Amino acid sequence: MDAHNPHADAHKDAHALVAHAPPGLSWLARASIAAYLPSIAAGMAKTLEWMFRPAVTLRYPEQQYKPRKGYRGEHRLKKDEQGRPKCVACFMCATACPAECITIVAEPAPWPDRDKVPAKFEIDMLKCIYCGMCEEACPCDAIELTETFTQIATTRKEKIYDKERLLKN
Amino acid sequence: MTWLWFFAKIGVALGIIFSLGPVCIMGDRKISAWIQGRVGPNRVGPWGTFQPIADILKLMMKEVIVPDGVDKVLFLGGPLIVFIAPVFGYCVIPFGNQIGEEKLQVVNLDIGLLFIMSVLSVGVYGITLGGWASNNKFSLMGSLRASAQLISYELTFGLTMLLVVMMSASADPLKSASVDLSKIVLHQAEYGWNIFGGATWWGLPSGLIGFVLLFTCAMAENNRLPFDMAECEAELVGGYHTEYSGMGFAMYMFSEYCSMILSASLIVTLFLGGWSFPYLTDPADHSFLAGVISIGVFFTKICIILFLYIQLRWTLPRFRYDQVMSLGWKTFLPLALVNIGYMAVIGVFLEKP
Ligand code: SF4
Ligand code: SF4
Repeated sequence: MDAHNPHADAHKDAHALVAHAPPGLSWLARASIAAYLPSIAAGMAKTLEWMFRPAVTLRYPEQQYKPRKGYRGEHRLKKDEQGRPKCVACFMCATACPAECITIVAEPAPWPDRDKVPAKFEIDMLKCIYCGMCEEACPCDAIELTETFTQIATTRKEKIYDKERLLKN
Repeated sequence: MTWLWFFAKIGVALGIIFSLGPVCIMGDRKISAWIQGRVGPNRVGPWGTFQPIADILKLMMKEVIVPDGVDKVLFLGGPLIVFIAPVFGYCVIPFGNQIGEEKLQVVNLDIGLLFIMSVLSVGVYGITLGGWASNNKFSLMGSLRASAQLISYELTFGLTMLLVVMMSASADPLKSASVDLSKIVLHQAEYGWNIFGGATWWGLPSGLIGFVLLFTCAMAENNRLPFDMAECEAELVGGYHTEYSGMGFAMYMFSEYCSMILSASLIVTLFLGGWSFPYLTDPADHSFLAGVISIGVFFTKICIILFLYIQLRWTLPRFRYDQVMSLGWKTFLPLALVNIGYMAVIGVFLEKP
């Protein structure tokens, strides 16, 4: 076997007792099966101890999981003070996205302070891997990931969020 | 009156096996959950206590799919055989002392131990036939493993039973050894449990080793987890019951627990003093109350053994197939032989009248 594989060595160690016992004494090594009994007893004690520990799982629908700060959930498109989407349709997020799940179609901006606004801004939530790269890439701080943990939908279509849906988040 | 007694006793025996069966299924799931830091089933009924009933109902309402190319008779007969075997075995287990003239045992066979021995091995026919009739390579492989394993461990099982028979003769040299289970229990009630060597101090190591051997072999014969070569999901999809659905599968599952209960009762009867407990039961007291107490003691002991079974299942990892075989043939069999050799030789030299 491969001598550089640590697993192979560990495997050898475990069986060395029986496999490498002197020829006449292999029966003795095998009879040392009794040596396993203390370990089994220790294991039983461990499982018994665990039986009386409180459960670590949540009873989900009743007890909700509260994500920690910085959890990367559904996206949100932010608005500025005047209630306009901050996004300037620069495509930075779509370029940065490793899952390629952001689809943007730009149109000329109706306001003088920017060139473009997104006519269409879609994120396929089922393709998204929630890596947060879009948030990092955005030069206008227009997109961010919220701490929404539960995402429910009954069709795939529902999980393709358009601009309105993302602005609502 | 005798008929009434007969049916009452059948009722108690079947009651033990059919009430403990669902409890075992439930216990298996709950205890595994607790050990793994989970809650376990808790939706159906208070604390999820109706879960096994829901399970069985679900399985009963499912369609029994009989795939093309199976041997229909054997395919449907397999689950029946495994299901009936442990119930059969239970009719010779003494689940209590005497009430009046009536021994608390469905039939008092003189050859109880041999009967159990044969009935225990019938179960594997169901597994083997079911697996073979399924016409599926995985099923066949699983059932072959089951039969190989059973044959290997049956030997140690039998030798350990022989040890018990020798022990039950050792106290009184004038009394001959008996394979009557109720006599074995009475002997233990009088002289001490077999796990502690029965009547003699030099039997202690023999008794302890015998208990461990019997316990492990019983586990191997029931295909319980450290030894569940027959349904090894990792390699064999589902093993012998891959093709089964609905009631057929339910019977395989339930019968695993039934035979667990049977072998737990057997362990209790052979090594842990059956229905007897010091200061709690009196072999000579044949009143109704004492009888009920003795049934209670027996029941409690079975429950403890069953708990151990379940806990062991969730403690130990599964053996590899070759390890199971070498453990059976190269370790357990010689150990059992040495064990009864010791018992026989010392018995002859120390106990000569
Ligand atoms: S979180 Fe990652 S995968 Fe999801 S949209 Fe943003 S960049 Fe793409
Ligand atoms: S990077 Fe920011 S501003 Fe640019 S398109 Fe994406 S969300 Fe809009």
